[in-house]
Amino acid sequence: MSAAAFTGTSVMDIDAAKIRGAGSNVHFDKVSVAYGAHVVLHPLTLDIAPGEILAMIGPSGSGKTTALRAVAGFVRPVSGRIRIGATDVTDLPPYERGLGMVVQNYALFPHMRVEDNVAFGLRAQGAEKALIAERVKDALGTVGMATFARRYPRELSGGQQQRVAIARALAVRPRVLLLDEPLSALDAQIRRNMVEEIARLHRSLPGLTILYVTHDQTEALTLADKIAIMRDGRVCSHGPTTELYRRPPNRFTAEFLGRANLLPVTVAEAVGSKGFATARHGDAVLTGAGRDEKAGDRSLLCIRPQHLSLTAESQHTNRIVGTLREVHWQGELTHLVLDVGGTPVRVSATKLPIALPEPGAQLPLFFAPADTSLLPEDAGV
Amino acid sequence: MLVWSRPGRIVLWMLFALIFGVLFLAPLAVILLSSLADQWNGVLPNGLTTEHYTDVVRGSAWNAVKASLITGFLASALALVSGTWAALSLRLQGHALRRLLGLLFFIPSAVPSVSVGLGLLVAFSHPPLLLNGTIAMVMIAHFVLISAFTFGNVSAGLARLSPDFEQVASSLGARPAYRLWHVTLPLLAPYLVAAFGLSFALSMGELGATVMVYPPGWVTLPVSIFSLTDRGDIFAGAALTMILVAATLVLLLGLERITARATGS
Repeated sequence: MSAAAFTGTSVMDIDAAKIRGAGSNVHFDKVSVAYGAHVVLHPLTLDIAPGEILAMIGPSGSGKTTALRAVAGFVRPVSGRIRIGATDVTDLPPYERGLGMVVQNYALFPHMRVEDNVAFGLRAQGAEKALIAERVKDALGTVGMATFARRYPRELSGGQQQRVAIARALAVRPRVLLLDEPLSALDAQIRRNMVEEIARLHRSLPGLTILYVTHDQTEALTLADKIAIMRDGRVCSHGPTTELYRRPPNRFTAEFLGRANLLPVTVAEAVGSKGFATARHGDAVLTGAGRDEKAGDRSLLCIRPQHLSLTAESQHTNRIVGTLREVHWQGELTHLVLDVGGTPVRVSATKLPIALPEPGAQLPLFFAPADTSLLPEDAGV
Repeated sequence: MLVWSRPGRIVLWMLFALIFGVLFLAPLAVILLSSLADQWNGVLPNGLTTEHYTDVVRGSAWNAVKASLITGFLASALALVSGTWAALSLRLQGHALRRLLGLLFFIPSAVPSVSVGLGLLVAFSHPPLLLNGTIAMVMIAHFVLISAFTFGNVSAGLARLSPDFEQVASSLGARPAYRLWHVTLPLLAPYLVAAFGLSFALSMGELGATVMVYPPGWVTLPVSIFSLTDRGDIFAGAALTMILVAATLVLLLGLERITARATGS
């Protein structure tokens, strides 16, 4: 089975327009879920646009799976409404919501062959035999599993099973595809391939709205148009993927979405017309991208490890000095840990001086103001 | 392997052989030898014969086999349907009610079978529930005694069944009845077959309640065996016992093959 297996096919493409027409946006309107007195999802208001991939990420127990299960109809909100397109689905049973769902352990029906698994939803909905045969062939072709149609799930590898699970969900032409940690059970190499394949699949089905729940930030960053970061049953931040990564609105987002160095600073000069503020960290005067910081505000300056450089370039107008504590060579990257005024600062470098610095050495670090983001010091959420 | 040393393993195997031989094989061997014994005055039979088998087969043995098989099959089928239904229904209830009803279902298995027979005799001896002296009474007695085991087996199967299967089926548009028939029950098949097999085996060997309620003309194998041994015809009773063991074994092996074929194991 080759890694590059997902290939868009004609029937799928035709249906993309149909899906758009049916209205495939998802709208959470103050949706709250509780088990007894224990609230697991605080009132959630969120929109997923038609054809968008929204990744919900967060630690265990943050409410992301609960939100997905509320859309699927397996959890009943105690308050709020959920709409898919123009339909209020809050009170509809799961089998009337027009969704496709893929779960972590694939949940392929072990007593059915691959083709019967894929045909399951269509048969359950009473589709005609000819249509079922066409859709099954099409869906299996889309995920590159056409030659495995007569196999049983136990005769497939984990990656192949997950492809079949995706084909099964696509065969019913869902308005929204729900992916609940779909790659968690796969090993790292296959997971990387599958992420790329899901991205390719979505490009071939641009009308398909996807709600993707994961705890893996790499999957979210690779696939999602937008990301919602969950914490303690609440959306901690929500926005376009690149924006959220480059300009995290709070500490939790900065640390959860990729690695982040957070230098405590005091704003010296408020944000100007170009969106930059000047701030002090010890003796260093630094420039960082801000929002509405005012002089005297205590903030955190967020710098990603890969944006710190040991050598100065023209855009690197910020300079801090730290004491090297640890060096971890990992082939493509070398990770350095420095102590900058009591704050540990990580550097991910692709290029290093020929002579690797020894721990204890004083090293200057350079970075560009555009690669930074000021965030409020006290904002956990 | 918990024991690594060779002497340790030998000791464990000897202990196993002793327990298995004394508790399981010895009684069966004695019954088998009895069923083939011409006379038995010493440690071993004086001679061997198949006469007892010929006698019981010529007599009422076939009727007893038939009565036991029909009773076992019908009572087990009924217990399977109701036990599965109960297990599926209880899954939808709240935790407290589920636990309470789950315990209630097991009560008949804790009551002596003779008491169950007596209770049924009293309960169904007056119109409009006058069932004394009918085959239905035997069926009911067996059903009451085995249904707890069926319920237990199916409940255990359901507990092991990942909710993902049914939830994915629902999300794909399967209504509850379709989902039950095409997903839940096939996935439960090994447990259903095991439940049926256990119920059938229990029913085939049931004596306490049956002896209280059986009508003339519906004498099951255990009742026949009891009657024969009670009359002192030990060898014929032993022959009938071996027929009972063989019939049960054949059916259980058949069920196991069906399960293996269905699950592909």
